[in-house]
Amino acid sequence: MASASKRIIPGFGLSFGLTLAYLGLIVIIPMSFIAIKSSGLGWSAFWDTVLDPRILAGYRVSFSSALIAALINSVFGLILAWALTRYRFPGRRVIDALIELPFALPTAVAGIALTSLYSDKGWIGKELAVFGLKVAYTELGIIVALTFITIPFVVRSVQPVLEQLDGVYEEAGRILGASPGRIFLRIIFPEITPALLTGFGLAFARALGEYGSVIFIAGNMPFKTEIAPLLIMSKLEQFNYAEATAVALVMLVASFIIMFAINCIQARAAAFVKE
Amino acid sequence: MYVNLEHINKTFGNFQASRDVSFGIRQGALAALLGPSGSGKTTILRLIAGLEYPDSGDIRIDGLRVNDVEPARRGIGFVFQNYALFRYMTVFDNIAFGLTVKKEKPEQIRERVRELLELIGMAGLEKRYPAQLSGGQKQRVAFARALAPNPRLLLLDEPFAAIDAKVRQELRVWLRDMIRRLGITSIFVTHDQDEAIEVADEIIITNHGRVEQIGAPLSLYQSPATPFVARFIGISAPLADIGVLKGFDGASGVSGAVRPEFLKIYTREEDLQYREAAEDALVRSVAFRGDSLELGLDLRGLELSARYPLAKTPLSEGDAVRVLIRYVYAFEDGTVRLLQNEACGAASQEYFYSI
Amino acid sequence: MRKAENKWGRRALIAISMAFVLLMLITPLLVVLFEAFSSGLALYWRAVSDKYTLLAAKLTLTATFAAVLLNTAFGLAAAWAITRFSFRGKGLLTTFIDIPFAVSPVIAGLVFILTFGRLSPLHSFLDSYGLKIVFATPGIILATVFVTFPFVAREIIPVLEARGTDEEQAAALMGAGFFTIFRRVTFPHIRWALLYSVILCTARAMGEFGAVSVVSGHLRGKTNTLPLHVEILYNEYQFTAAFAVSSLLAAAAVIILIVRNIVEFTARKEGDGNVR
Repeated sequence: MASASKRIIPGFGLSFGLTLAYLGLIVIIPMSFIAIKSSGLGWSAFWDTVLDPRILAGYRVSFSSALIAALINSVFGLILAWALTRYRFPGRRVIDALIELPFALPTAVAGIALTSLYSDKGWIGKELAVFGLKVAYTELGIIVALTFITIPFVVRSVQPVLEQLDGVYEEAGRILGASPGRIFLRIIFPEITPALLTGFGLAFARALGEYGSVIFIAGNMPFKTEIAPLLIMSKLEQFNYAEATAVALVMLVASFIIMFAINCIQARAAAFVKE
Repeated sequence: MYVNLEHINKTFGNFQASRDVSFGIRQGALAALLGPSGSGKTTILRLIAGLEYPDSGDIRIDGLRVNDVEPARRGIGFVFQNYALFRYMTVFDNIAFGLTVKKEKPEQIRERVRELLELIGMAGLEKRYPAQLSGGQKQRVAFARALAPNPRLLLLDEPFAAIDAKVRQELRVWLRDMIRRLGITSIFVTHDQDEAIEVADEIIITNHGRVEQIGAPLSLYQSPATPFVARFIGISAPLADIGVLKGFDGASGVSGAVRPEFLKIYTREEDLQYREAAEDALVRSVAFRGDSLELGLDLRGLELSARYPLAKTPLSEGDAVRVLIRYVYAFEDGTVRLLQNEACGAASQEYFYSI
Repeated sequence: MRKAENKWGRRALIAISMAFVLLMLITPLLVVLFEAFSSGLALYWRAVSDKYTLLAAKLTLTATFAAVLLNTAFGLAAAWAITRFSFRGKGLLTTFIDIPFAVSPVIAGLVFILTFGRLSPLHSFLDSYGLKIVFATPGIILATVFVTFPFVAREIIPVLEARGTDEEQAAALMGAGFFTIFRRVTFPHIRWALLYSVILCTARAMGEFGAVSVVSGHLRGKTNTLPLHVEILYNEYQFTAAFAVSSLLAAAAVIILIVRNIVEFTARKEGDGNVR
């Protein structure tokens, strides 16, 4: 009976033990302190903190700008992925290589660079000011920063799917006389939907939590351009740990729900494509 | 027996892969584990190798219980279904791996690998990588790699499954001759009865995790022990009720099967031996099979298949013929009984005859 | 007609792609360089060679090195356990590994303040051994490790998953031990994925801001990393200096991108050489 648990490939105990220990130490134990701390706050104090108008405004700014940034990237990410896989043009390799720049460039650097670009005297801000459009220190600035940060997600999710997409379906569609637009909508789009949703979900989650690039360009005006992570930060700077934790807990629950929802949609879409 | 399995049980979750499996294989035999997919044949092979452990029961090799012996110390060579060659090692390093692990002397390893390369006819290709080999060559390297440490038992999991049909035939003969020449006790898994019959001296038939029968190919064919074996080996047509056939009234309500060679076809009334037992049938299909015709017959709604010598009066679709069913298999309580047509009396004892 | 239509569609999509990349990715990079050198080389050099800049660079390198080392070891162990064996709770384990991706960096920092900070039950215990974690180097390392936690594991798991366990089983059957199997059979398959993930991990660790900002306490010369140093300089209106330090980080980012592409290119070439 004891022999039933034996494994042929060696190293299970070592690798499994190491994984669990490390995961517990770095992720699970520290994360559980969030729950412990917010339970210490008490029910009514928790709701008072979380439903404070300034905090609610912060959630609204965070969610709406993250959503818009993820949507912008879904459109442009799809176009970029399409151009990079389907067409050969000069500069293609450089563009392909640059897609990961937002991963590699520290967010603080991105933050001050974008602020400089979009301020009234900046290269781009100057031009936009002519039309009376202010980007830096408004919600638009937050959207620009979040868009920059999340560029790679959709492109890199969709690209491999487009690369592997079998040209036979397209050809079949063409022979049957479908227009290019119809071929894209009816044949290609359903195939890339799961990857697009994954990319969108990753971008949204990342944008929701982003801090470094946003705080410089946002201007951080209460009720207007304060994002939720900044509110956590300022509670921390006042050593108000319990309230900071309460705000964080709501963020955490929200992002887990979003990730879960997108996983479900994606699983359904994937199952549909397979049929 | 050299390899013995005694009352082996093995489950994976809710799935029982082995049910009270017991059999033995003599030293030097080349045995086949034959069965449909999901019948538990691969599990048996992996249990012997130690890649899986039984829930209960004993496995003995050369008299020694090996249940608690590590796979690597059982003295087994294993050829995986897709060969599992090490992709990032050359042919030489692949074959040498087992010896290197045992820390043999480098010059001995080189000698042994050279010997094996010679044996498999691949001398000069030792610097190639697996990706640069054909399917047949990969299989031979996998064979040499398994043999390198001089195992006492060779196990092969579907050794021909990944090879295209043309090369497969050639490789079957090659592998059979090679194993016979080396005299190493070997067990291979297959779902292809032709392959088992052609290569093995002994066949173990599995179904639903159970061993149905074990024996030489001919004896399995001639005297199947269970309805499953009777249906699985060779060609046969199922019969829901034997009693409806003339001369088998005694077995009414019993199910069974009929093999093509149990039928005799008559085109002229004057040739008919047992007139009262003959049935009328219609030729539904005719297929040319080299030395004979394979006929599909419609006998009062029953679909039967029969062999018909080329030399006789040619037959074509739609012809009416007379059929004498000389024998049937009767399935009763999980056993198989050969029934002779009552009308034929004790006329002939031999039932396998050439047409 | 159809052909001309396609051609214009193609041109439009390429133009949109190029404009987007130029506007969103290339100009920010250029503006960093432009601002860094806008007040002359001397000022640039002074900012870059400043004592606090060098100390921040040292801390950034330390934290990055530690995070990459620890997460590589963990990633390999996790990938081995998850892909080479079957066990109960595997799905849950995989989900847990992904948690840091779904957590805001600020929350990651907060978590370590709660775990090891002044108000934590662990604090007095650690303090009695003179161990300081929050507002000190260990805290910075922990925060960096947390944020880059899944990178290596997530890159290697799919590679090993796709390949199956046949080769390892074959090697184990012939009596090879763990290290022999890993070194000779498994490692050659994952070396490019590993290198690739280490590069990504390095980039992310080097640039981490939010999490590190929370646990650092912003002690100049002590717990300041390069990105935090950029923030301090910027908030003190030392714009040129902030951009000068930024240019170092931007240069590192560009180098990482180039290395990443070389790795990818070489891996593909080698892959072809092996398949042939």
